Amino acid sequence: MRTRPHPLVELTRARLLEFLREPEAVFWVFVFPVLLAVALGIAFRNQPASTTPIGLRGRPESVARISALLATDPTLRVLPLAGAETDQALRNGKVDVVLDTGDGTSPTITYRFDPTRPESRIARLLVDDVLQRKLGRTDVARVEDRHVTAPGSRYIDFLIPGLVGLNLMGSGMWGLGFAVVQARVHKLLKRFAATPMRRGHFLLSFMLSRLVLLAGEVVAVVGFGWLLFGVAVRGTLLDLTVVSLLGAFTFGGLGLLVAARPRTIEGVSGWMNLVQLPMWLLSGSFFSYARFPEAVQPAIRLLPLTALNDALRAVINEGAPLHVTWPQLLVMLAWGGISFVLALRLFRWQ
Amino acid sequence: MNAAARCTGLWKRYPDVVAVAGVDLEVHLGECLGLLGPNGAGKTTTVEMLEGLTIPDEGAIEVLGDHWHATDNRRLRERLGVQLQETQLPEKLTVEEVVRLFASFYQRPRPVDEVIALVEMDEKRRARVGKLSGGQRQRLALACAMVSNPDLLFLDEPTTGLDPQARLKVWELVEGFKSGGGTVLLTTHYMEEAARLCDRVAILDHGKVIALGSPAELVASLHAEQIIEVELTGESGAADLAGLPGVSSLAFQNHAARLSVRDIGVALPALLTAIEGAGVGLRRLTTHQATLEDVFVHLTGRALRED
Repeated sequence: MRTRPHPLVELTRARLLEFLREPEAVFWVFVFPVLLAVALGIAFRNQPASTTPIGLRGRPESVARISALLATDPTLRVLPLAGAETDQALRNGKVDVVLDTGDGTSPTITYRFDPTRPESRIARLLVDDVLQRKLGRTDVARVEDRHVTAPGSRYIDFLIPGLVGLNLMGSGMWGLGFAVVQARVHKLLKRFAATPMRRGHFLLSFMLSRLVLLAGEVVAVVGFGWLLFGVAVRGTLLDLTVVSLLGAFTFGGLGLLVAARPRTIEGVSGWMNLVQLPMWLLSGSFFSYARFPEAVQPAIRLLPLTALNDALRAVINEGAPLHVTWPQLLVMLAWGGISFVLALRLFRWQ
Repeated sequence: MNAAARCTGLWKRYPDVVAVAGVDLEVHLGECLGLLGPNGAGKTTTVEMLEGLTIPDEGAIEVLGDHWHATDNRRLRERLGVQLQETQLPEKLTVEEVVRLFASFYQRPRPVDEVIALVEMDEKRRARVGKLSGGQRQRLALACAMVSNPDLLFLDEPTTGLDPQARLKVWELVEGFKSGGGTVLLTTHYMEEAARLCDRVAILDHGKVIALGSPAELVASLHAEQIIEVELTGESGAADLAGLPGVSSLAFQNHAARLSVRDIGVALPALLTAIEGAGVGLRRLTTHQATLEDVFVHLTGRALRED
């Protein structure tokens, strides 16, 4: 006897085949996030301890004398400047601080810098410290430096989980939203509604296809982060899988909800952007949301992407067990579940 | 139950138009009923209300002894086959994948291979929908409608936009389904299609059924065997044409006169004599066997298709 294929299996299969046969979609979901990770990783990679550029101006003999003193320190790079160049060099970051020996009438040395620039403040301290010691200052306390580079504390370590989260949001929402609205525009939804297909099966198949594709997306970004930048997953792969699945579920549900009513691709695009843009900015994918005012942070933490990013960072960067992030997991579950139920109720079949 | 589908007092109003204005219809078991009418006559709205896709404002619908319910209609849908106007099946899937998908929705579908063979698409089974011709797409839509092994098949303009050969293939498929005992409700604005496929035809105009009967009965209602269309030059003395012997009715359409004629052997010589006597020139004169098209023109004064 022939076994009848289950409609949910067939719908999911059809959805996956449609996706995989669309080269542009494959690019945006799998290739683009990797390219983004590579570009950002290179731009923000931790550079080896660099030299601090110091500008020098004043009477030639003073400049020569101080230049000789400072040259003994390998962390400083000294650039003699003519008077007119000074402000411009400071402005465009060519030097972090300008040391002005004055016109010779006074022994006072002037540091010219912008105190709002952290690197300028550091440069002033560095150059002053070297100069004072060379001129005979002695330290009163005995100190010792021990250099520690904590793994998982670089920007790329922060960035990779954020990109995974962003990607789960983007592909979940765009992937489902476009496919659903296109099927509506093409009257395919109406045609399905004329069959005994269970409507819940149809929406579930979209979620399931997301869960299948997710494996590829997460592996692509996390794998590249690991190979190229040595970003390690400190938690278990099982925990990472659970968090990613929940993330895909969350944004699958949200994508279906946004796509539940619009009748045009333009319409759904507008809604997609409206929903995603705040999370792009607020949810801590590229920079920590701790920079936003304390008062709005509880609201930010209730956003689904914030919850996903936090949960991903806990697993990838900190190796925290899942139960530590239960509030985040709960937030995601609530967004996904409520969205799915609402989508099923509001869904427009024609 | 001798009706496969029945509707009474069906109304559907949209903000800008009344699409269906009190339609009563009965589709007998085993027959093919055609809804013939121009675009905008309310054919699609009527069919989609019968299919349970559009909710009527007023009126009762019975399909295969059942009614459309607010929530679960899966049992009734198991027994229907539907082909909608303008459905675009997923372009990226193959013929076989699409039929399999639709088959999976039904409890007792026909085997996928069998349905693909039925619509003669064996050699296209691995072709993507996006690469198919219009006729092939339409046959695939029919395969999806027939994969349920339906008791009642709804076809909404199944051959619109197809070339004559592709149209012929679709007709053969519908005839095959009918000969297997199936019931068909189809809409069309091609009178040849209605004449060939339908046991009975309901002519729709402005949301109302304006005539109902077998194609032969409808044509016979003209009391005319032949139609003469004649176009004259100059100030036409056409008023005289009405009284000619053998002419049962007269209508004007775009400067041309249409005469419904009982006996062309009497009417044609009389017409030519009358034209000569009136001193006007003859620009064009055609005659043809009366058809459903003429029934429509007779009833509405307009052509079925304005193209």
